[in-house]
Amino acid sequence: MQRLATMLLQLAVVVFGILSGLFFLLRLSGDPALVLAGPDATPETVAEVRHQFGLDEPLAVQYLSFLGQTVRLDFGRSFRYRQPALLMVLQRLPATLQLAAAAIVVAVVVAVPLGVLAAVRRGRFESRLIMLLTALGQAMPSFWLGIVLILVFAVRLRWLPSFGSGDLQHAVLPVATLAAFQVARLARLVRSDMLEVLSQDYILTAYAKGLPARLVLWRHALRNTLITVVTAAGLDFSILIGGAVVVETVFTYNGLGLQLVESIGGRDYPVVQATVFVVAIVVVLVHFLVDWSYRFLDPRTQGRAA
Amino acid sequence: MIATAGAVVEAQSPPRWGARVWARYRRNWSALAATAVLLLVVTSSTFAGQLAPHDPYAQDLANRFKPPLWLAGGSIAYPLGTDAFGRDVLSRLLYGGRVSLLIGFVCSTVSAVIGISLGLIAGYVGGKVDLAIMRLADVQLGFPFIVLAIAVVAVLGSALPVLVGLLSIAGWVYYARITRGQTLRLRHAEYVEAARVVGAGTARIIVRHLLPNVLSPNLVIWTFAIATLILIESSLSFLGVGVQPPTPSWGNMLSDGRTYVDDAWWLAIFPGLAITVTVLAVNALGDALRDVLDPRLRL
Repeated sequence: MQRLATMLLQLAVVVFGILSGLFFLLRLSGDPALVLAGPDATPETVAEVRHQFGLDEPLAVQYLSFLGQTVRLDFGRSFRYRQPALLMVLQRLPATLQLAAAAIVVAVVVAVPLGVLAAVRRGRFESRLIMLLTALGQAMPSFWLGIVLILVFAVRLRWLPSFGSGDLQHAVLPVATLAAFQVARLARLVRSDMLEVLSQDYILTAYAKGLPARLVLWRHALRNTLITVVTAAGLDFSILIGGAVVVETVFTYNGLGLQLVESIGGRDYPVVQATVFVVAIVVVLVHFLVDWSYRFLDPRTQGRAA
Repeated sequence: MIATAGAVVEAQSPPRWGARVWARYRRNWSALAATAVLLLVVTSSTFAGQLAPHDPYAQDLANRFKPPLWLAGGSIAYPLGTDAFGRDVLSRLLYGGRVSLLIGFVCSTVSAVIGISLGLIAGYVGGKVDLAIMRLADVQLGFPFIVLAIAVVAVLGSALPVLVGLLSIAGWVYYARITRGQTLRLRHAEYVEAARVVGAGTARIIVRHLLPNVLSPNLVIWTFAIATLILIESSLSFLGVGVQPPTPSWGNMLSDGRTYVDDAWWLAIFPGLAITVTVLAVNALGDALRDVLDPRLRL
């Protein structure tokens, strides 16, 4: 219960901090009405924007009404689509979450065996190959990998569609692209963690009492590495959401990232603000879930005060 | 006679730290390979003005979509082909590297100054200051930076100073965390206690006694941060919120090339290759530096 309270407080601080930062940044950057309305706006549009945002009022009044609106979850209407901005973001949220969740699952399923193999076969060919591939995976920009995958699987082989979203076929390439970086990160992490675990006494004991190597590895050693994996996968969720913004743009996948990028072109500030709000909430919730899952993964943390 | 004795003593005492680092570096082949690649990348973009066969902005609509040299229709005049406006891809790559490398280098350094300062303060002063700084770090690390960057660009536009400012803020957390950790360990070291006893103030202890001892792990972080920042910059440029055309950057070249991937694959492939090779080399150098500077160090 105390953890829940801490989380809610943290959530409020994060959300208000970021949104307030944007609020003041906007007011400090010259005439915000001009900025919001965009370079090609007619004087009428500028006047409308000024009125909609109450930009003709004193700063303190503006900030108070901004706080009030945020508490009421009122982010205004999209300039371009005339719909409530929050609604537009929430409609796109499931697609992005599906993409991110699928990428995490794929990444863990691929990275754990790779990492274990790299640790067990340390110094051998397999290990070196895995280390080389993961170094490459960390160096490749995701948008480039996406384009290479499109080039190979959509343009040349014509196996998969290159853009759009909706069904499984459309998800394959975006998920693979998004998972690649994470696979590289996690595999390296699992490897170094595994190397450390394998040198510990209880592993030696397990071997000494004659347990088969496979059992020692997958039961005794991997269980301890699991916590590292869950922590990393959870904390990397924010990297994943950032990656999703890029990957969605590459594949024109209809998530909130694509919408965010499109809204920049149209200077659709209410949508930007609502996206920041929703992303902050999702990220904090995921961190909380990770924290909570420790209870099941590591009995030692049970009952520990947060 | 005295000189000889001195030489003998010198030969017997363990080699200095710098000499040991250099010896380890020379034997580390991946460090050497990474250095060679980086030297090539840095020199070629520094001397882009001299090396580039064409003006990177010059449009030549008669020579649009020329393929690279080794494909049918390619010519030696445009070794890596031309883009939709007939601009030379190689020249644009060379100039594009300038922006990416400069942003990576400058922003990582500014991040380092911010991060190391905050890390030293957090670690040495402790208490509420420490708590506040580390909470801030958690928040920034927890929030997708790209989303934040897009929101800021939506407000301030994407002029180069805005971009540099944004990316300079991007990396401080990594420096702050490692510096704080080191500082916590050193805070009660005997030599620090001794300095305090003889009356050195907080500022003097931080600058004279702690700072020199946290620099070497931060050098490693600095390298990794350059790689990360090059990736972030290219992502932002790819999304259209980073370096603005017609100024070439690897990210926005890729973004342009993406439209023509069906017919002119080279437009997207070469800039991506440039980013990948550079980032790979910087990361390899970081790995090597970590091993070379202090084999026991675990980051």
